[in-house]
Amino acid sequence: MKKIEAIIKPFRLDEVKEGLTGIGIKGITVSEVKGFGRQRGHRETYRGAEYQVDFVSKIKMEVVVEASMAHEAVAIIQEKGRTGQIGDGKIFVLPVEEAIRIRTGESGRDAI
Amino acid sequence: MKALFFSLLFMALCITRAWAGDNTPTVESNKAAIDLVQTHADYLWTLVAASLVFFMQAGFACVETGFTRAKNAINIMMKNLMDFSIGSLAFWAIGFGLMFGATKAGLFGTSGFFLSDFKRGGDPWVLAFWMFQVVFAATAATIVSGAMAERTKFSGYLIYTVFISALIYPIFGSWVWGGLYHGGGWLEKLGFIDFAGSTVVHSVGGWAALAGAIVLGPRLGKYDKYGNIRPILGHNIPLAALGVFILWLGWFGFNPGSTTAANKDIAMIFVNTNLAAAAGATLAMFTSWIRFRKPDAGMSLNGALAGLVAITSPCATVSPLSAVIIGAIAGIIVVFSVVFFDRIKIDDPVGAISVHGVNGAWGTLAAGIFNMGGTSAKVIGVQVLGIVTCFVWTFLTAFILFKIIDKTIGLRVTPEEEMEGLDFGEHGGMAYPDFEVSAYAQK
Repeated sequence: MKKIEAIIKPFRLDEVKEGLTGIGIKGITVSEVKGFGRQRGHRETYRGAEYQVDFVSKIKMEVVVEASMAHEAVAIIQEKGRTGQIGDGKIFVLPVEEAIRIRTGESGRDAI
Repeated sequence: MKALFFSLLFMALCITRAWAGDNTPTVESNKAAIDLVQTHADYLWTLVAASLVFFMQAGFACVETGFTRAKNAINIMMKNLMDFSIGSLAFWAIGFGLMFGATKAGLFGTSGFFLSDFKRGGDPWVLAFWMFQVVFAATAATIVSGAMAERTKFSGYLIYTVFISALIYPIFGSWVWGGLYHGGGWLEKLGFIDFAGSTVVHSVGGWAALAGAIVLGPRLGKYDKYGNIRPILGHNIPLAALGVFILWLGWFGFNPGSTTAANKDIAMIFVNTNLAAAAGATLAMFTSWIRFRKPDAGMSLNGALAGLVAITSPCATVSPLSAVIIGAIAGIIVVFSVVFFDRIKIDDPVGAISVHGVNGAWGTLAAGIFNMGGTSAKVIGVQVLGIVTCFVWTFLTAFILFKIIDKTIGLRVTPEEEMEGLDFGEHGGMAYPDFEVSAYAQK
């Protein structure tokens, strides 16, 4: 099993979600996060004074899939999440040791 | 004790002096004095009412901001501030002259630009009257910003605001209200009833809003790829509700103030205004309850506004019972109208087209049907003529204007900016920065 963590632009969330559910992914967890990468935040102005906002709003999306599906899921996220502008985000793929469904106690691939 | 004694003595002296200075009162001098009191009362009421109508700008700003997303809040506030500010200047320079100036051909006025009717030492009534009219012009202008919210380029909106306050609103207004001052329009000569502007103000704003929403197209994400409606939730319903209460209050200046005279007529106009709003809110609530299984806040709030818009035209010429019926029907119409415009893919984030355009037309028709002075096919026919004229004139001119803006400087922001929010894209900041993790490093 693999866990895919993707940091994406908030307004791409719907597209990415639809792409992932389209290939049969049954669960997605998202959180609103702040951060910066190469985009290095942006500048805003308040009554004429400029200030730097270092951490801009992003969505962190976490999906656990069978190892065989990871490649396809990553490709979908990259395709649907991409605008071509700086700040499109990143995708990380991590190994997962175990997964358990709390209600039934199922584990492994049955739990995802 | 001593202080009291001296003040009484002083008062006594003053009174004796005043008596000694007066000429003997005559019937004529008494009449002049009484007339002067009435004149002062007229000024006072007109200007108090103008203040109430001005406050409606705050109401519109709250309603529109509350019904849209947080990322566009600065933009909406700026549009409301600027359509009043720029609109005031445009109405002062051009609009008032076109609307109320002396007219030769009967199509629009051609005098009184830049308030030139006021001369030092002359009759200041034109100033009080102008003040009352400018807040009306601004109301028509600001209606549009709600329907065009969350996707309109700020510079394009500013250009629109000049044209509606300087040309579109005043020229139509001169046909109906020109005779209130130096002008005289063809619709008023036919006996068209629009006491406080269901058509002149609200339908003009509503139909311009329709043209704007059509030229712009729906917000990104309003319809999915199969064409299904996806609601885009407003970010602050309490703010929108406050806005509706402010507008309701403002309408007590809008309708009763349209007498521009302190007289007994205002009592019935007040009552009619309130009853129609109450009936509108109530019926919109029940309609939404039946249709959507819950009493919907957004629909109920719009129902109050729909009742207010509908009673604006007939408020001085119908009975309180008729006002209840007119408001109730408006409350039902607004629910179906909002759903209808959503279905035909005209995206109006706050419901301005339904509230002001559609119910402005209904109110104007109702003024003919429920007229206390009696109704006839002719009375209703003239009302219909006014409604149709307003739609044709406003929709066509506004549509052409928005198309020209779209083809030249652009009417809509880029998709990236729309998704990021207009607050950052157009104004370089956020309305609620405490929810950002920011360093606040000054340059």
